[in-house]
Amino acid sequence: MTQLLLFNLFNGLIIGAFYALMALGLSLILNLSGVINFAHGGFLAIGGYLAYMLIPHLGFWGALAVAPVLTAGLGLIVERVLIRPLYGRDPLYSLLLTFGLAFILEDGTRYIWGAGTLPFAVPGWLSSPLSNTFFFLTGYRMFMVALVVVAVTGLFLILNRTRLGMRIRAGTMDLETVSVLGVNTGILRNLNFGLGIYLAGLAGVLAAGMLGLQPTIGSTLIMPSFVAIIIGGLGSLPGTLLGGLLIGVASGITTVFFPSASEAVIYVIMGLVLLVRPRGLLGEEGRF
Amino acid sequence: MSNGIISRSLDRRSLIRAAAAAGAAQLATPFVITARAADEVKFGLNDPLTGTYAELGKNEQIGCQLAIEQINSKGGVLGRKAQLLVEDSTSADTGIAVQKARKLIERDKVDFFLGNVNSAMAIALGEVSNELKKLHIVTGGHTDSVTGTDCHWNVFRVCNTTRMETNSVSKTLFSKYGKKWYFITPDYAFGHTLQEGFEASLKQFGGTEVGASLTPLGATDFSSYLIQAQAANPDVIIFLLAGQDMVSALKQTVQFGLDKRFHIAGAQQELEVLLGLPPEARIGTWVFEWYWVQPEVPHVKEFVADIRKINSGKVPTARHWFGYVATWTCALVANEQKTLDPVKLAKALENFKLPPEIALMPYDTFYRAGDHQLMPTLYVGNAVDKGPEPEDLFKVDELVKGVDAALPVAETGCHLKWPA
Amino acid sequence: MRALNQRAADIAVWLLLLGMPYWLDSVGGYTSLGSRILVLALAATSLNFLLGFTGVLSFGHAAYFGLGVYGVGLTIKYLVPSTLAGMAVGVVAGTIAAAIIGALIVRLRGIYFAMVTIAFGQVFYFIAYRWNSVTGGDDGLSGWQRQPIDLGFTTVDILGNDKAFYYLVLVSFAVAVAIMAALLRSPFGRTLLAIRENERRARFLGIPVDSHIWLSWVISCLFVSLAGTLYALLNNFADPHDLRWDQSGDFVIMAVLGGMRTFWGPLIGAAIFVVLQDYISSETANWMSFIGLFFVLVVLFFPRGVLGLIQRRSAP
Repeated sequence: MTQLLLFNLFNGLIIGAFYALMALGLSLILNLSGVINFAHGGFLAIGGYLAYMLIPHLGFWGALAVAPVLTAGLGLIVERVLIRPLYGRDPLYSLLLTFGLAFILEDGTRYIWGAGTLPFAVPGWLSSPLSNTFFFLTGYRMFMVALVVVAVTGLFLILNRTRLGMRIRAGTMDLETVSVLGVNTGILRNLNFGLGIYLAGLAGVLAAGMLGLQPTIGSTLIMPSFVAIIIGGLGSLPGTLLGGLLIGVASGITTVFFPSASEAVIYVIMGLVLLVRPRGLLGEEGRF
Repeated sequence: MSNGIISRSLDRRSLIRAAAAAGAAQLATPFVITARAADEVKFGLNDPLTGTYAELGKNEQIGCQLAIEQINSKGGVLGRKAQLLVEDSTSADTGIAVQKARKLIERDKVDFFLGNVNSAMAIALGEVSNELKKLHIVTGGHTDSVTGTDCHWNVFRVCNTTRMETNSVSKTLFSKYGKKWYFITPDYAFGHTLQEGFEASLKQFGGTEVGASLTPLGATDFSSYLIQAQAANPDVIIFLLAGQDMVSALKQTVQFGLDKRFHIAGAQQELEVLLGLPPEARIGTWVFEWYWVQPEVPHVKEFVADIRKINSGKVPTARHWFGYVATWTCALVANEQKTLDPVKLAKALENFKLPPEIALMPYDTFYRAGDHQLMPTLYVGNAVDKGPEPEDLFKVDELVKGVDAALPVAETGCHLKWPA
Repeated sequence: MRALNQRAADIAVWLLLLGMPYWLDSVGGYTSLGSRILVLALAATSLNFLLGFTGVLSFGHAAYFGLGVYGVGLTIKYLVPSTLAGMAVGVVAGTIAAAIIGALIVRLRGIYFAMVTIAFGQVFYFIAYRWNSVTGGDDGLSGWQRQPIDLGFTTVDILGNDKAFYYLVLVSFAVAVAIMAALLRSPFGRTLLAIRENERRARFLGIPVDSHIWLSWVISCLFVSLAGTLYALLNNFADPHDLRWDQSGDFVIMAVLGGMRTFWGPLIGAAIFVVLQDYISSETANWMSFIGLFFVLVVLFFPRGVLGLIQRRSAP
């Protein structure tokens, strides 16, 4: 039993890392622009599909590098055309618009690539386990965790060491003052959105290796991302990271005792957090 | 590579090309026609064209389309032209499925009602078709109660019950691969009844169930369940999932190397899933409900060629066959009985045997009288990563007659009530 | 002049609704489509009582909708084959659950409130499909139908007669809507508007904001569970999907589409949503793109919804 629990704990951290990656992109966008991006899952799917298209030409690694960038590019366009008009309005509107956008993205991928699952293969040497006992530590999943660590570090560096990052952080606290100080907040929000979508595209490539590549791949992953953000605390990126890991672990441990509840348990946790400490684990009081 | 929905006119053009090749006369267009001709015999298909089951619904639709083409080339139904009306039931919203059913039956006044892939919808639609007294052939919804406790006089089903599937493969699993089984079961009726079926087999053969994991529908990560499975040390890990869940689970199983330590198997498997898996994950012992490579069975090659023409060159799967058989069943029985009256047709369909060029199976294929379940052949075999042809991914080892694998009528719980 | 226009509009709406089974067929509709529009309009209007008039967004109304759905289904199937009894059970179940949960969550605001409603909704959804011995699980609850209503002097066959069922829905809709309208016109309703406009100021005025929001929440959920009972009766089926957050999302969309600051907005929104989806999905399998595009356009260019647009046009 302890071995089972331990395994599920480790495994939960791995899955949690993936959830965190998805949720971080969503959190970035929410914090700076106040936009609840329901289309995040759609961008994730597009990242996966673009990678699938690129693999025959660039190989797995090339696709991994390029697909998220292309997805981010799409994100930049979407932000400029569709999201920008909604700033200053009730966040309900961005929620509804991105909801509609999610429909379009899902239907678009189905139209272009068909409704069937596409066979997405990861390089052979990645997809074997490291040992017989710890069989769930496959090369691919270790790679995924490593990639998430790199991405989080990269994000941290961008936010703390670059001018763009500093402006994003400042804008998260007080966008009006930042604008008065002469920063072009339009471009700032645009780039921030693109950064968030880059993370979604990256998550999409990783997801396609683990799951089947289907147009609906994004819609199943979007809710856990919101849950991670709420549990970790709105407005806090470390909180989102923690939230993602937490729901991964919670899901994994629940599987030992009550397997069919492993998806529902994250909502129970979110409900408890909201009732007891609404600002989340690392969130700030009165932020939203 | 795109097998998405092309514009209406393009679809019509490719159909015309196919029909010309088949030497047919006039064709029915696949989508709803606004000018509803009163003298045409209408077939209404209610299937998911969006969401998780979109591919399966689309394939059933294509099977129906081929059948309509052929029916019209042979003189139609009762001398009148056949027409296919299709409505998207969505993959998850039963309210919409029911609404569309009423639209097809009440507004469009279809003569025959076909569908659904989704088991819950198949049941709900059966209620509607029963209330409105329309002949209803369920194409691809597998839950046992459709021809069991929820059976109706007007409802017939083409695809197998879960019990038929488990019974056909369980002996092989037991004798060839081992006595200790672990189940990965999706938490809905389809999964539960498959597990019950296998448990009954285990009891019969004297095997052991070392454990089971109930997985939520739409689970993305199966690692924790596979961890439990591995800890239980079975001989066979039995996957009772379908569609996307099956793809994710098998991919992850192979990534964990579990296929090298345990035998992987299950009941229902579909070509759509095998095509969606990377080659190294195409493993396991499964049951197919129809397969396109059957060199000894006549007419199959022609069917494959005909479907290829309207399916972007891809081969038919069991889903195409479901739609094809369901549509032709209605036309055949109507032409034989020279009527469209649902009660008369339903009575005539009991013990109705499908002709070989429709059945496309080695043994006699007929609808059983007591529960209206089709008795087809089941194909037990193993998935292969690569076959002689790119889409030949399943090697059939054994053919099982459906009537041997099915529960006797008395045990299905079906009590048909005919109208007065 | 404005009041007269409003009165005329009200009368026009009721006349259209009264005659719907008769004129709907001629424009390519069918009676059960009309029933579906009314049921979802009731749900959207109930949600809008909270959203548009109290300023509180809930994304978990489907939970109480679903309690109505299962309440009526389980009652007719297992307890007593009576439509009215089933409806009563469904409404009571939804209302009690809302009252209890509302007391827990009423302190939260904004996105927190919305997310906690989702949390409860998802838990209910999980119970509905896990407790499959009772609810039928993912296969749904079938094997029951709406029962003819025995009014003493006559029996109304709402099962065999689509039109009769439509009028039952219409009567329920009318009663619910009348009560909600009356509440909104009362001092209580005025207070809700004050809370919507500026909660802090309302609090400074001494208004017990939390208990007002709680009451608004309970009323809203009561009528949405009534809508749920009618939905189950329409389909003769109870389905766990009716409890999911995307079902809640549909209600929000309908309210905003039609205009959440107006009373008839959600009805218009529901009509547009249902008809559009029904019509477009018959023409093409790519209907999701069209609907999505429609939402995007409405949000960008008609944020006050269809009715909001009309109102603005007619204002001097």
